[in-house]
Amino acid sequence: MPLKPLIHNATQTLVDHLDELTALDQAIGDGDHGLNMKRGAQAIQAKLPELSGLPLNEALKAMGKICVAMIGGSSGPVFGTLLITLGKELPSQATAADLAVALRQGIEALTRLGKAEVGQKTLLDVLDPVQKVLAQGGPDLLARVRQCAFDSALATADMDATRGRSSFLGDRAKGHVDPGSRSMALIIGALCDTLAQA
Amino acid sequence: MKNLMNNVETVLQESLDGFAAAHSNIVTLGAEREFVRRKTCKPGKVALISGGGAGHEPLHAGFVGHGMLDAACPGQIFTSPTPNQMLNAAQAVDGGVGVLFIVKNYSGDMMNFQMASDMLDQENAIVIVNDDVAVEDSTYTTGRRGVAGTLIIEKILGAAAERGDSLEQLQALGNAVNKATASMGVALTSCTVPAAGKPTFQIGMHEMEVGVGIHGEPGRRRVPLASADDIAEELTSAVLKDLALTAGQEVILLVNGFGGTPMLELYLMVNAARGVLERHGVKVVRYLTGSYVTSLEMAGCSITVTAANSEFLELWDAPVHTAALRWGM
Repeated sequence: MPLKPLIHNATQTLVDHLDELTALDQAIGDGDHGLNMKRGAQAIQAKLPELSGLPLNEALKAMGKICVAMIGGSSGPVFGTLLITLGKELPSQATAADLAVALRQGIEALTRLGKAEVGQKTLLDVLDPVQKVLAQGGPDLLARVRQCAFDSALATADMDATRGRSSFLGDRAKGHVDPGSRSMALIIGALCDTLAQA
Repeated sequence: MKNLMNNVETVLQESLDGFAAAHSNIVTLGAEREFVRRKTCKPGKVALISGGGAGHEPLHAGFVGHGMLDAACPGQIFTSPTPNQMLNAAQAVDGGVGVLFIVKNYSGDMMNFQMASDMLDQENAIVIVNDDVAVEDSTYTTGRRGVAGTLIIEKILGAAAERGDSLEQLQALGNAVNKATASMGVALTSCTVPAAGKPTFQIGMHEMEVGVGIHGEPGRRRVPLASADDIAEELTSAVLKDLALTAGQEVILLVNGFGGTPMLELYLMVNAARGVLERHGVKVVRYLTGSYVTSLEMAGCSITVTAANSEFLELWDAPVHTAALRWGM
């Protein structure tokens, strides 16, 4: 599978959902999440010709560095660290099982960075269940990963936030989907859709 | 919301260019507008670098200059700057004896500054500002937010760096001033991030948000608008309780506007807060009033109190020459 459509679709979905992500973050944060994700997505798209010529792991590292250098906010370090860790852990040709192992390392890197754990209304609440589905493997894996990502993001609405800006809201964050989790689900969904079409 | 702007994408760039032109005797702008730096840095002095999302002007760039910061890294509006900005700023203003980062406690700022600190070759340390008492729940280990007290910490540390304190001494002093400083704010209106185009939160004509953060993020509770005296009572009492001040304590009082409140009202709040402090036997020995740590055009204010000792006061009084704060020179 060439990287170009994967990278393009995974970033374009963030640009396409700008208004939704902004609204989610205005409800429980400070409203910059959508714009930050769009800025990172467009910075990656601008480098698409170079990125799509790289092996998967090198492309992931390069995209992670772009996120750290271009986004700022919480999203820059978080998405940057995730991509860089995946790049370091994955071989140049990766299977779903390889991805499961690398993703576990990514989750641990994010736990250290943000001092957050699963269940605290962050994108870890999407990554952790998705990693478990990947690790399990089996038939219809793409469809199940996709479903798991979107369901898990939706489920963050019922959680109390104890990390990030929305943590300052206490109970008032309840009932709102975590914007970072929604972004993560959109990215995973776009990757699954692109792979399913291949 | 109506804004003075040409293009929503270039608001920050154009504003930084204007700032650098208006204060060219004090500052210069780094390459690609990654940072605002002091025009002339002092070799052998610890470099003080702060930064954070734009939208809080004059914080932080307005405090770059003699007796305060050596560099400030502006992020996009309400978005932390990137580690690359801090690294390039550190290289530009390094005096050879270390770099101190002053960071407001927000998760994005913490992560980006921590990454910069880890990546930086020079000796460096971080002082975390977390003066906002509005959010008390300690089970949230993200902890308290860093708000207007940042100004007081930057001023006192700036003076201490100027007199030649070491990196280690400055870090200890910064932590001590932070511990002695507490703030709480109230918002009467929301603010609008230009690129988002609509208010960050909805608030009724006759409501206020008590304990609001400096990004318009909600605070403790939404209640009907109260009188200035009642607001001053609640904010000042919360701050006093947090600092556990005893009668006779001398303090610095900062009444900070959020961007949409006139000086007329800020001085009225000074008067009200002064009354509350007097009733508790606390003595205001220094005042600062104005819109220094803002949230775009948000109406409202915060009250910051620093329990001062003679060293803090001497450093507070030391000469400072920045775009937004100037005395003694």
